[in-house]
Amino acid sequence: MNDMRIVERDVDTQKAKITARGVQVHYGTTHALKDVNVDILDNTVTAFIGPSGCGKSTFLRCLNRMNDTVASARVSGEILIDGENIYDKRVDPVQLRAKVGMVFQKPNPFPKSIYDNVAYGPKIHGMTRNKADLDEIVESALRKAALWNEAKDRLNAPGTGLSGGQQQRLCIARAIATSPEVLLMDEPCSALDPIATAQVEELIDELRASFSVVIVTHSMQQAARVSQRTAFFHLGNLVEYGETGTIFTNPTDPRTESYISGRIG
Amino acid sequence: MTVALTLTVLLVLAVAGFVLGRRRAVASAQGNIRVLHSLPNYYGWHGAIMAAVPALLALAVWLILQPMVVERQVLGYFPADSVESDAARTLIMADVRRVANGLDVAVARGALTDVQAREVSTTTGSIREVLGTVGVALGAEVTPQVLEAAQRSRELNLSGAWMRTVLTLTLALAGLAYAIKVTDKDFRARNRVERVMLALLMLASTIAILTTVGIVMSMLTESLRFFSMYPWQDFFLSLTWSPSFQGNSQLGLAPLLWGTLYISLVSMLVAVPIGLFTAIYLAEYASPRLRAIIKPMIEIIAGIPTVVFGLFALVTVGPFLRDAFAQPLGLGTSGSSVMTAGIVIGILNIPFISSLADDIINAVPQSMRDGSYGLGATKSETIRQVVLPAALPGVVGAILLAASRAIGETMIVVMGAGAAARLDLNPFEAMTTITVKIVSQLTGDTEFNSPETLVAFALGMTLFVITLGLNIVALIIVRKYREQYE
Repeated sequence: MNDMRIVERDVDTQKAKITARGVQVHYGTTHALKDVNVDILDNTVTAFIGPSGCGKSTFLRCLNRMNDTVASARVSGEILIDGENIYDKRVDPVQLRAKVGMVFQKPNPFPKSIYDNVAYGPKIHGMTRNKADLDEIVESALRKAALWNEAKDRLNAPGTGLSGGQQQRLCIARAIATSPEVLLMDEPCSALDPIATAQVEELIDELRASFSVVIVTHSMQQAARVSQRTAFFHLGNLVEYGETGTIFTNPTDPRTESYISGRIG
Repeated sequence: MTVALTLTVLLVLAVAGFVLGRRRAVASAQGNIRVLHSLPNYYGWHGAIMAAVPALLALAVWLILQPMVVERQVLGYFPADSVESDAARTLIMADVRRVANGLDVAVARGALTDVQAREVSTTTGSIREVLGTVGVALGAEVTPQVLEAAQRSRELNLSGAWMRTVLTLTLALAGLAYAIKVTDKDFRARNRVERVMLALLMLASTIAILTTVGIVMSMLTESLRFFSMYPWQDFFLSLTWSPSFQGNSQLGLAPLLWGTLYISLVSMLVAVPIGLFTAIYLAEYASPRLRAIIKPMIEIIAGIPTVVFGLFALVTVGPFLRDAFAQPLGLGTSGSSVMTAGIVIGILNIPFISSLADDIINAVPQSMRDGSYGLGATKSETIRQVVLPAALPGVVGAILLAASRAIGETMIVVMGAGAAARLDLNPFEAMTTITVKIVSQLTGDTEFNSPETLVAFALGMTLFVITLGLNIVALIIVRKYREQYE
């Protein structure tokens, strides 16, 4: 675990972007998430780790109300983004999701051209007045996602024709094109090879400058490499949350220690 | 031995082959089936196949060839010029067969002995009377040639049946003996059986193709006969359709083609939007429970016979359209109209489009929708801009399938749009389609030697080309866009 020292651990701000209090999630009769309290900081990469089925993805999907699309899911408790409860009746999940972007486990580009994939969000949110504006947004998003050099000559080719790693970076570009304030990533590298993974990780670190990034990962090395804060989930509980270096080197909870040293999982 | 009895014996032999083959294989492995090359049942199947298949093939070939041979022999009794034309030959053969059957019945009832039946002749008395006593009525007195021919055909059929039985049973027993001989623990029975299964699968796939080829060939030859009697320019370019069996027919395709396309267009204008909207509602908005109820209910429409739809068009839709639209708008007074047939065919096609499109929309991966929702798209934006484009190829396929059905529909057109061939733009006017005219040209007592009847084949060919073209377009579209989200 020497490589966890690569990333600079200084957090630029202590301002909480997302505050969760007493969050509970039920899928039908299954109690998937039990009383989670957490403060996620702005301009920080926060990693959620834990064994499969521990509720980390569930909690991630609560942050942009993607669980609304699952018929059997019930969410209670309070999640505040910039002090506003996102489960308040007045909040439109559609507007919320424009503010909280999401990248999925499997690359899922739309069956459209690369350009149209990136332009999709800005178009539906009416963010641009003319084609030139849109071109600019598409270019800057692709640049931020480190895809511009590979894609600039084939913007009209279908997004599904790219390689897996490129597709995932296209999905990241698509998510940042709507200029969200928070970016949620659900195991973004699980379908990628090591080189593509390295590219995406580098990208995540750069994205920290403009967004608060939350990443779910199964790879503890990855959590150690990219994040400043780590939360460990186990059986629906948030066991431990704190500075990444501390969690990995000096965990307070015996369960965290067991997981990190590979005894449970 | 009759064919049925032979088949029963073959079945028994096949069962014996199964039991013996399996038992012998197990015995050769001394009860330890792990040392067998194949599972014991494969040895059994091998025995059954060897006993039954060659014998069945021989039987089938024999049954096809025997009547041909008999007919050729029998026709030798008649002067060559009297059996020259197809029609005369058919008549004579029918006579011969009737008398031969009559003799069989007479022998069976005891009116004639076997020897008498073989040697009876027209000089010794009336055959007609003898056969009349056993209930076989003949239209006229039997001529000497017919009687001789009938006796010869009986003889041939009897000896044929005898040889057929011997051949079949010999083959079956030989196959059975062979299977038992080769069966031991190292024999590769599974490979043999699987090869036979493969042949069976290939045969099944060929039958559909050969049938299509046969239909096309027969339509093509009859169409060519039609075009040798009637100039093709007139058929394709003339604007009038007025067949008359006294001659001087005008057989122009245009009014029928126009009617077909017009009615299909109206029906697609009804079916496509309603079907697609239904599919979108079912796939994206309806709860699973509601969907489980609504979908089968819509599919019931597809099970209603089209003639019932025709009635609906005739008594309900037609008069309603006439009273509510055509007459007030001054567009005619006809109850049967393009609109009537088009709307009813459209309704018939709704479940086709909705059901297929619903399946296709459901097949679009959920990750595609999640990706769109994750970017803050609304449900309708997601459907319009992500789901439908991804489902497009399949939806187009469903629409073209429905179009093929609309073009081929006959019953509803007869009852809803009438049978008058007319070139008109007014949708409240009666018109008719190609299929309706095919039926009306071929029904009744007709002979296939005048352009008025043969035109049906040319019309059929045109229809076939149109639907084939539609299917090809559908295939191209589907192939072009198929891999997009995979």
